[in-house]
Amino acid sequence: MGEHVIKMPDIGEGVAEAELVEWEVAVGDEVREDQVLAAVMTDKATVEIPAPRDGKILWLGPEIGEVVAVGSPIMRMEIEGEGNATPGETSEVIEAAPADADEREKSGATPSAPESPEEDAREHEGVAPAPAPATSSAAKPAAAKTPAATQTARPAVKPSTAATPQRAVPRPVGEKPLASPAVRKRALDAGIDLRRVPGSGEAGQISHDDLDAFIESGGEAVVRGGSSRMPNMAIDEIKVVGLRRKIAEKMQIAKTRIPHITYVDEVDVTALEELRAKLNREKRDDQPKLTLLPFLMRAMARAIAEKPQMNARYDDDAGVIHQHGGMHMGVAAQTDKGLVVPVVRHVEALSVWDCASELMRLAEAAKDGSATRDELTGATITITSLGAMGGLVTTPVINYPEVAIVGVNKMRVTPVWQDTQFVPRKMMNLSSSFDHRVIDGWDAAVFIQRIKGLLESPAMIFIED
Amino acid sequence: MTNLTCKFLVIGAGPGGYIAAIRAGQLGLDTIIVEAAPVGGTCLNVGCIPSKALIHAAEEYEAAAHFAGENPLGISVKAPAIDLAQTIAWKDGIVGKLTGGVAALLKKAKVRTVKGWATFQDGRTVHVDSEDGPVTIVAEKACIATGSAPVELPFLPFGGNVISSTEALSLDSVPATMAVVGAGYIGMELGMAYAKLGSKVTIVEMEDRVLPLYDKDMTKPVMKRAEALGIELRLGAKAKGQAKDGLDIETADGTAETIAAEKILVTVGRRPVTEGWGREALVLDMDGRHIRIDDKCETSMKGIYAIGDVTGEPMLAHRAMAQGEMVAEIVAGEKRIWDKRAIPAICFTDPEIVSAGLSPAEAEAEGYDVKTAIFPFAANGRSLTMEADDGFVRVVARADNHLVLGLQAVGKGCAELSAAFGLALEMGARVEDIADTIHAHPTQGEALQEAALRTLGHALHI
Repeated sequence: MGEHVIKMPDIGEGVAEAELVEWEVAVGDEVREDQVLAAVMTDKATVEIPAPRDGKILWLGPEIGEVVAVGSPIMRMEIEGEGNATPGETSEVIEAAPADADEREKSGATPSAPESPEEDAREHEGVAPAPAPATSSAAKPAAAKTPAATQTARPAVKPSTAATPQRAVPRPVGEKPLASPAVRKRALDAGIDLRRVPGSGEAGQISHDDLDAFIESGGEAVVRGGSSRMPNMAIDEIKVVGLRRKIAEKMQIAKTRIPHITYVDEVDVTALEELRAKLNREKRDDQPKLTLLPFLMRAMARAIAEKPQMNARYDDDAGVIHQHGGMHMGVAAQTDKGLVVPVVRHVEALSVWDCASELMRLAEAAKDGSATRDELTGATITITSLGAMGGLVTTPVINYPEVAIVGVNKMRVTPVWQDTQFVPRKMMNLSSSFDHRVIDGWDAAVFIQRIKGLLESPAMIFIED
Repeated sequence: MTNLTCKFLVIGAGPGGYIAAIRAGQLGLDTIIVEAAPVGGTCLNVGCIPSKALIHAAEEYEAAAHFAGENPLGISVKAPAIDLAQTIAWKDGIVGKLTGGVAALLKKAKVRTVKGWATFQDGRTVHVDSEDGPVTIVAEKACIATGSAPVELPFLPFGGNVISSTEALSLDSVPATMAVVGAGYIGMELGMAYAKLGSKVTIVEMEDRVLPLYDKDMTKPVMKRAEALGIELRLGAKAKGQAKDGLDIETADGTAETIAAEKILVTVGRRPVTEGWGREALVLDMDGRHIRIDDKCETSMKGIYAIGDVTGEPMLAHRAMAQGEMVAEIVAGEKRIWDKRAIPAICFTDPEIVSAGLSPAEAEAEGYDVKTAIFPFAANGRSLTMEADDGFVRVVARADNHLVLGLQAVGKGCAELSAAFGLALEMGARVEDIADTIHAHPTQGEALQEAALRTLGHALHI
C-alpha cells in the first residue's frame, strides 16, 4: 500500500493558479483509473483531473471555490504498491501547506465539507492508517482543541441555516398546521396564521423558535396582506464559485471601471434577410446554415477598418490602449453553467461562411466545456445576441478590457412609412456600449451608422475596397 | 320586575356554561349566569359524576360478590348485600359537594347567578322567571349553553317503569330484571353496572354490535365481559313497546319476543335542548338538530355564542368546558379560535374504553398512509397484578412522518391514559416522542410506550 499525492496540474499558458470548482469524489470513495476526480478552472477553461490509477481517496484538499497554486497537493489516494508520497515529500507538503490547512480547519469547512461529527470521524479513520500523517489529521486536533476558533469560524456556514427554518417542509395545501397549544396561543395573540408558518419539526411541527423566526422575518406583514398564499421563508445559500464567480468579477470590474455609453439605433434588415434566406436555400451541404451573426461580423469588420479605435483593449492601469489589427470577435454564448464568450479570431480574414462555421464550432465547444483557454480569451471586440429573446433594447456590459460591445436585439416586422404608405419591414435594433473614456459619442454613432448602412444594403458587405 | 344589565350572560350552568362564567369573571367581565336547576348541569347532577359513582359502587359490590366465591387471590368474604338507597344517598352527597363547589367558584369569580328559567326576548334581552320574581337581563354578549336531554322513543315514553339515565341513577332498589334499549356508551355503562349490582340485564340494540362508535377490536373485550356478567345482548333487535312486566321486541330474525324487565332503561342518545328558551326570538342558523357555530363558537348572530351539547356532537362535558373557556376569553377581547386536535372520549364500561384522535379506519378514510400497532395489557406487568390483562393500547400514526394521529386503549382503569393521549396529540407528538419518553414501571402506561415502540417495529416486551 502506498500513498499517491495528486497536485494541481499545470494547465498551460503560464497559469500559476486554478480554482477548484468541483469534487467528483468524496473521502473514502474507491476510484478507478481515469475516473474523473475533480474539475479545476483557470480563467475560462475548465479542466478535469482524472485518477492516475485505481485507489481509495484519503484526503481532499481545497474546498470548492478555493484558488490553488499549480503544483500544490489537492488530494491523496491510497493505492496498491508504492505511492509517490515519500516520507520526506509528505513532511515537505505539511510544511508547505500548514497555513493554508490551518485556516481551512478553523473555518470549519473541512475539505469534503462534512458538518456532522460522524463524517469527521470517518475522515480520521480514513487518514489514520496512512504511513505518514496527512495534513488534515495533523491540523485537526489543534483546531478541535480551540473551540473559540472553531466557533468564530463556523458561523460562515451554520448559523444562517439555524436561524431560518431551512428544514421546514412545505405544508401540503389543506393540511392543518401542527403546533403545541402554547405555540398556537402565542400565534393567535400575535395575529399570525400558523398555516403560513413553516414548521421545522420532523412532522412539520411549528416550534416556538419557528414562530420567532417567522415574526423576525417580517412574516407578520405578509399575513396581514389577507392572501391565502403561503410565503416561502426558505433561504438557500449558493456559493458563488467557478464560472459564476469569474463572471461576477469581470462584470464588477467592467461596471466599476468603465463609464459606459450605450447607443441604440434600428436597422432595416429586410434586404439582409432576403439575401440570407437565399444563401441558405442555395448553400452546399457542407456549408453551415447562416444566421445573422456572420453578416454582422463582416459588417463590423468593415466598420472597424474605418474606426479602428473600436477594436482595442484598454490597459487602464498602464494608461495604454492596445489597438489591434486583428479583429478577434468575442461572441457571448449561454451555457448550462453560465455565460461564456468564445472568440472568433481574425474576422478580417474570414468570409461569411468561415465566420458561420467558426461560430458553430465554438458554440459547441463552449457548450460541452471543451473550449480551450485560447478559444475563450483574447477578444478585441464583443457581440452579444439573445436571438428571439433579444428584446427591444439592452444595455450591454463591455467585456473588459475591450472598449466596445455590439448588442443584437430581436427582429420584428414593423410598419414603416415609405413614400406614401406604410410597408411591412423587418426591423432590428442594435444596442451597443462603448468605453466613454476612450470612445467619444460621435465616433460611436458613426461606427454604428456605418454598420447599419452595411446591413441595410448587404451587397456592400461583400464589395471589395 | 327586576332589571339587570351585564357584559356577558350565560344561559345554562352545566360544565360549559359555568366554566364560561367563571373564566369571564376571572377576566373581569361583568357576568350573569342563569340556571333553573342546581348548577352543574347534566354532568354533575344526572350524568358523568353520579353514573361514575354508581359504577364504582357496582364494581365494589361485584368484587365482594366475586370474593364470596372461589377466587385466585385467596380472599373469602360472606355473601355481600347492597342497600341501593344508601348508595344513592352517598352518590347524592358527592353531587351536592361538587355542585356546591361550582356555586362557590362562581361566587368567587364574582359571577351573579340568577335561578330560574331563561327565555330570550331578543338578541340582547333575556327574561327569567326566577324564584324572587321576574327578572329582565340586558346583556352585551350572550352564550347559549342549554345542553341536551335524553331522547324519548314515541312507543316507549318515559314514565313509570320506562326510565332514562336520570332515573336510573336514583333508583331506590336494584331491579331484579332490567331491559336496556340502546347499546351506546350510556346503555352499556349503566347496563353493566346494574348487572354487577345483581340485575338480570338484557340489552337491546338495533345494530349488530355494541358501542357502534368504536371499532370492533375495541368493543370485543367489553362484549366478552358483558357476557361474563350474564348480560344478554339482543343485537339487531328492535324494541317495540312496553309489555306487562317487560319489553316487547322484534329479534334479528323478525320474531316477536317479550323480555322480562322490571325497569326499561331507554338510552338511545341525547338531543340538543333547542326549544323552550326563546330560540324563536332569535335568528339562529341550525345544523340539523343543533345550533350552528363557527370556529369561535359564535352563532349566526353576532355576539351570541353557543357551546356544549346544544351545538351537537361530540356531546362531552370536557368539550363544552373548553368551548366555554374559549368563548369567555373571546368576549374579553382575546384572540381565540377552536384549534383543538383531539377531544378524547371514554366509555366507563368494564373494561374501559378510551379514544383520542383517529382510529385506523378513520385515518385511512382521511387519506393517510397509516402505521398502527397495539400492545396487549396481557404483556404488561402492572395489568397482570391488577387482574386487568384484557385489552390493549393502540397507536395510529402517519406512515410517512410518524405523526401520531390517534391513540386508543381498552382495559380496566385505562380511562386515565386519556391524559397522556390528549397531550401527545395536542403537542403534535411523533411515535418516536412517545417511544423515547420514560414511562414509569410498573404501570399500565408502559403499554403506551410499548405500543409506540411496536409501531416503530421494535417493541421490547412482546
